[in-house]
Amino acid sequence: MRQQLQKPLLEINGLKKYFPIKGGVLGRTVGEVKAVDDVSFTVFEGEILGIVGESGCGKSTTGKAILRLIEPTAGEVKFEDQDITHINAEEMRRLRRDMQIIFQDPYASLNPRHTVEKIIGEPLLIHGVKNAKERTSRVKELLEVVGLSAYHASRYPHQFSGGQRQRIGIARALANNPKLIICDEPVSALDVSVQAQILNLMEALRDEFNLTYIFIAHDLSVVKHISDRVGVMYLGRMVELTSKDKLYDDAKHPYTQALLSAVPDPDPDIEKERVILKGDVPSPADPPAGCAFHTRCPMAMDICKSVRPAFIPVEDNHFVACHLYDGQQQNLSRINGL
Amino acid sequence: MSHTVLEIKSLSTHFFTDSGEVPAVDQVSLHVHKGEVVGVVGESGCGKSVTSLSIMQLVPNPPGKIVGGEINYKGENLAFASEKRMKKLRGNEISMIFQEPMTSLNPLFTIGNQMREAFRFHQKISKKEAREKSISMLKLVGIPRAESIIDDYPHQLSGGMRQRVMIAMAMSCDPELLIADEPTTALDVTIQAQILDLMRKLNEEKDTAILLITHDLGVVADICDRVVVMYAGQVVEEGSKREILKDSKHPYSQGLIRSLPRIHEREQKLYSIPGTVPKPKLGRVGCRFAPRCEFAFDRCFKENPELYVTGEGRRSRCFLYDKQEGESINDASTITEAVIGD
Repeated sequence: MRQQLQKPLLEINGLKKYFPIKGGVLGRTVGEVKAVDDVSFTVFEGEILGIVGESGCGKSTTGKAILRLIEPTAGEVKFEDQDITHINAEEMRRLRRDMQIIFQDPYASLNPRHTVEKIIGEPLLIHGVKNAKERTSRVKELLEVVGLSAYHASRYPHQFSGGQRQRIGIARALANNPKLIICDEPVSALDVSVQAQILNLMEALRDEFNLTYIFIAHDLSVVKHISDRVGVMYLGRMVELTSKDKLYDDAKHPYTQALLSAVPDPDPDIEKERVILKGDVPSPADPPAGCAFHTRCPMAMDICKSVRPAFIPVEDNHFVACHLYDGQQQNLSRINGL
Repeated sequence: MSHTVLEIKSLSTHFFTDSGEVPAVDQVSLHVHKGEVVGVVGESGCGKSVTSLSIMQLVPNPPGKIVGGEINYKGENLAFASEKRMKKLRGNEISMIFQEPMTSLNPLFTIGNQMREAFRFHQKISKKEAREKSISMLKLVGIPRAESIIDDYPHQLSGGMRQRVMIAMAMSCDPELLIADEPTTALDVTIQAQILDLMRKLNEEKDTAILLITHDLGVVADICDRVVVMYAGQVVEEGSKREILKDSKHPYSQGLIRSLPRIHEREQKLYSIPGTVPKPKLGRVGCRFAPRCEFAFDRCFKENPELYVTGEGRRSRCFLYDKQEGESINDASTITEAVIGD
C-alpha cells in the first residue's frame, strides 16, 4: 500500500444536503429528501478515498456538495484548513482551480459543439492563461499526458469512443494542475477492457502529479482496486470508513458485509456465504428512525429502531456507525460468526 | 441434459444503414440444452443483444434483417418463421427479460392488466383465473403483498420489484427457454443478488433453459453452466464456465478476464487490452481481434480464423489452435500457463 502522508487536504464535518419536496396547490415545502445526512470524513493529501454505495445513497450528492456545485444545507467543508462553505462565488471560482471533477457520462459532460481544444482550453482561459499560443501548447501536452495525440485537438467529441471521451474529461480536469479531483463514477459507462485502461491511467496520473482523488463508484471491485481507504454510504449516511484491506477483509457493519457478499466473483472456485438482503432501500424522503439500515439488517436489535448510531472508531482508523459496536465486546464475536 | 432446446447455426443479422451494410451478427452458432444456463458474454457492440433479438424475431426491420442461418427451436427453424407463428411462441414457449424494466412495462396499465395479457392470449382462461394465476406468479418471484401490488402501476414499484414483475411475466406460461438480456445490469448489487438467486431457483425447479446475455463475468460465474464469448459479431470462444473463466484459450477472453479488478484478490497492476473494439464492417480480412492481440502473427492479418476445436465441447477462433500451426499449439499452452500464473 502507498505510504500515506497524514496531512488532511479536505475535512468534511456534518455535511448535510436536504432537497425540499414541493407539494400542494401553493407549492409549499411538504417534506425533505435527506440525500446527505450528517456525513463527516477526512481526505489526506495524496490518497485515493473511495466512496461506495447503491443508487440513491447520496454518494454523488456528497461529491457535488463538496465542490458546492450543489449548495450544502449544513456542515463544514474545509479545504486546506479553510472553510469553503461560506466564501463568496469569486473566491470559490478561484478555489476550483485546485478542486476538479470528472463525471460519469463522457457523452453528456462534453459540449458536442466545441472542439477538444476548446473544451480543454476553457478552464485554462478562465483561470488566467490569456495567451492563445500558450493554451494550445498546454492542450496538446495534456492530450499526450492522457494518452491521446496532439492532432485530436481539432476534433469534436462525437468522433471519439467512450474511453477516449473519458480521457478528454480527465485532461480537462488536469488542465489547471488541481490538488483534488472528485471522480464521480468515472468508469461505470465503459466496457471492461477500456475501464482497465482508464483506471491504470488515473493511477499513473495520481503518482505523476501527486493528486488526491475522491473516487465515487458503485462497483466494489473497482473501488477496491484503486482506493487507499474506502467509505460505505447507505441512505445518505456514512456507515463504515476504513482502509481498503480492513474493509474487504474485516467489514464490521452488517450492510458492508451484505454488500461485499453480493458482488459476484468471476472465479468459479470461490465459494462464499451469501447474505441476501430482504427488500429494497427505503425512500430517503422518509428514512427509518434510528439506524437507517435496521429495516433490512439481519442483526437488528431493539435499540436500532429508535436510536441513531454514532459514527465512531471501533479500532484504529476504522469508523463504524452500528449499535453492535457500542463498546460491547461480546457483540464482536456475534458478528464474526456470521 | 442432452435434449437440445435451441440450436443456432451460422446466424447472420445485418443492418442496412445509410452508410452501408453492417454485419452486427456474423455466422453465430450456439446451442442451449434443456435446463441449462448458457451465458453469452462480450463488450458493447459485440452482437450479443442482436443475437438474442434475432431469436425472438424482434430485430427492428428495417434496418435490421436476418440474412442467413438457422434458429432451430426444438427442431423447428424460426429464422424465417411467420409473425403468426412467432406470436404463438413468444411469451409462451420462449420468453424474454430486458435490461431496463421501466421501458419494457407499459406505464399506463396496472401490473395485473399486463400480466393477464399473456395468460389470456396463450391459455384462453377467464379474467378471474388469470388474475389468480398472476398473483401466484408474483408470490413465486417473492413480491410481498402480491394481492395489492397487482393493482399498482409500474412507476409505483422500485427497480428490483419491476424486474421481478418482468420475470414473473416471462415465467407465467412455463416457457421452455428464457432469454435474459442483461437482466441485472440496471440494478444495485444487493438487488442483483436477489434476482440471480431467483433465476437460479426457477431454473432448478422448473428446468427452464436460460440464455443469459451479460457483460459481467461475475454474473456468469454465479449462474451459468456454459459460456459463449463474442467479439465484433462473432463467437470467439465456447466452453464450460470453469474452462472459460479459469483456462480460457482465446487471447480476447484471456484479456477480458485479466482486465477485471478482483474483489477477493490482492492488489496487482490491472491488465488492459490496448485499443478499442472495431466497428463491424463487411469484407474484413483477418482475425478481428488481431490488431489488439499480443500473440498476433502474419497469418492473423491475412486469413479469417475459424472456430477450432480445442477440447470436449470447446472451440476457439484463433490460429494458435489450428492443427496446421503445429508448433503454435505448444506456444498456446505456455501462454495459458502464463496467464494462470499471474
